[in-house]
Amino acid sequence: MMAETITIGKALNHGLRRSLEHDSKVVIMGEDVGKLGGVFRITDGLQKDFGEDRVIDTPLAEAGIVGTAVGLAIRGYRPVCEIQFDGFVFPAYNQIVAQVAKMFYRSMGKVRLPIVIRIPFGGGIGAVEHHSESPEAYFSHTPGLKVVTCSNPADAYSMIQQAIRSDDPIVFFEPKRRYWEKGEVDLDADLAGAYPLHEARVAREGTDATLIAYGPMVRTCLDAATAAAEDGRNLEVIDLRTLSPVDYDKIYSSVRRTGRAVVVHEAPGNIGLGAELAARITEHCFYSLEAPVLRVTGYDIPYPAARVEEEYLPDLDRVLDAVDRSFGW
Amino acid sequence: MANGESTAGTDAPAGGFVQLLTPDGERIDSVTTADGTTYSVDFTDDEYRELYRDLVTVRRLDAEATALQRQGELGIWASLLGQEAAQVGSGRAMRPQDMAFPTYREHGVLYTRGIDPIMPFGLFRGVDQGGWDANEHRFNGYTIVIGSQTLHATGYAMGVTMDGKTGSPDGEAVIAYFGDGATSQGEVNEAFVWAGVFHAPMVFFCQNNQYAISEPLERQTRIPLYRRAAGYGFPGVRIDGNDVLASFAVTRAALDNARNGQGPTLIEAYTYRMGAHTSSDDPTRYRIASEVESWKAKDPISRLRAFLAKQQLGDDSFFDEVDESAKTLALSLRERVLSMPDPQPISMFDNVYPHGSPELDLQRSQFADYHASFEGSDH
Repeated sequence: MMAETITIGKALNHGLRRSLEHDSKVVIMGEDVGKLGGVFRITDGLQKDFGEDRVIDTPLAEAGIVGTAVGLAIRGYRPVCEIQFDGFVFPAYNQIVAQVAKMFYRSMGKVRLPIVIRIPFGGGIGAVEHHSESPEAYFSHTPGLKVVTCSNPADAYSMIQQAIRSDDPIVFFEPKRRYWEKGEVDLDADLAGAYPLHEARVAREGTDATLIAYGPMVRTCLDAATAAAEDGRNLEVIDLRTLSPVDYDKIYSSVRRTGRAVVVHEAPGNIGLGAELAARITEHCFYSLEAPVLRVTGYDIPYPAARVEEEYLPDLDRVLDAVDRSFGW
Repeated sequence: MANGESTAGTDAPAGGFVQLLTPDGERIDSVTTADGTTYSVDFTDDEYRELYRDLVTVRRLDAEATALQRQGELGIWASLLGQEAAQVGSGRAMRPQDMAFPTYREHGVLYTRGIDPIMPFGLFRGVDQGGWDANEHRFNGYTIVIGSQTLHATGYAMGVTMDGKTGSPDGEAVIAYFGDGATSQGEVNEAFVWAGVFHAPMVFFCQNNQYAISEPLERQTRIPLYRRAAGYGFPGVRIDGNDVLASFAVTRAALDNARNGQGPTLIEAYTYRMGAHTSSDDPTRYRIASEVESWKAKDPISRLRAFLAKQQLGDDSFFDEVDESAKTLALSLRERVLSMPDPQPISMFDNVYPHGSPELDLQRSQFADYHASFEGSDH
């Protein structure tokens, strides 16, 4: 057991390193991933140790990064693409939703694309526009893609390795504002014993209401649950981990116990994941619900200027306010 | 930087092109381009005849497909009429180990890869997705979104390099097909950047058929397309796209250069789409009859036939036999297309994810239950 206390960023770095060691067909590609180690240093030191053919500094063009990854995957490689920031993924959108997502279907099962597309996402770091967005719903809407996100170092370490080993094309969202949060990670852990990639996780057990979140909002919900406990409310927190497909069984069983659900995400609420979750919970848990499923989300505006982003982002108080509203029903 | 402008060619566009067989069927022994490269072919009599057979066969299959579409048996068809030489010449120039990434009109290239010509018909009839095995035949699936496949080809070619399969005559090369309209796409330009930067073993084969649906070449470019290559750091060559010999010679040379580690080449096959973009459009709205007539005089099949006749490599009985065998193949194709079964509805859930998805599995079983509920009823 080699448990270490490391950040999410470092855990991803270790996970990528282990994937490169495990399979010579794994290649990392993107802008600045080589010498610089990525703008967030997630690929720090990997090119030095694995060479320029395994960790490829690419030209500055996102469609090219993902599009050439398709060809590499057809050739038998397992590309891991880095999109530098969430708002930069759109030039690659055609390649992701029209090519990566559909190649297995279009080839009638003959061409597999084991591609991972890593995207640091979400706000809270004081960045300029296009650096703080939450585009996960676009990809979760697309059949053929699987969409995952981690919220803690242990998951970051195992999930990135699981994603790379999967034959599914996976969009891997990394909660950039949590890159520096620390937690214990067993670096020797066998992936066979890791938590299954496509299962949600009960991050905190509770009895009175269920908070459903993913990525950066899991920490916010855990903090809200801690605060609520002081008021005598025992909140359950579910970390979705996978946004497509969602592990609904875990959600339903929780909501049936607690009778209340609040979905929390940073992305705008309109036609977002929260809307889908609310609809599903209503359909499947209707007779267990004590209140409508509520949502706490970003507003339906472009991501605002950094000086007001704390007003935009769901925080502990907005989550608790929603819990209060649920109980006030 | 190599300058691809050629020194020979009759009826050539400004800047010339590589032509080894004139519209009158005159053979030009060799052509040396401005960069000093000499192109020629050295075919046996049988090889000339087989090329002719290829051209006639793919045209006949294409005509059958067009007829099937008109009769309502195909939802749509993208005809290759007029582009047979570009496709057969470049397709036959590939070596077995080479890999092709087509768009959706490369039925002629598909044929040269030894794929059962019925394969694309499932896609256009709407009963499947095409579905040949890209790796087995070294011919990727058709790509509808314009230009996307050029990046796939380039990535694949990068993989060839990473696998150490370049730098020798036994190496592998990759060819990407696209049209003149595609050259306006950002992704095609990114593919050029990538291929140049990574010195990928690539041939970009642009069939400039003069129109992107209704938009003429002038709406895509202010300079000849092959010249664009210079800006990306690799050679560009324009060929007479209706000349199967030039298509073969230049593509073979470019593929061999790529496999030998000399990086990418852009080939512009200057040709003409004689029919509609697809069976859904009406070319009489955007081009004049005299233009079509002028291109008819450059027909890729009639010029090879004239050459064969002049050289006494083919007589009427040969030409008749080729026509007859192409017709037989086309009629058998027609029968097979007409008997293609509709897919089982539940099969639409197949092949979404290699390892499935709980949500999708649930939808599949609900779909099955719903259908089963009609059994024995009038539905």
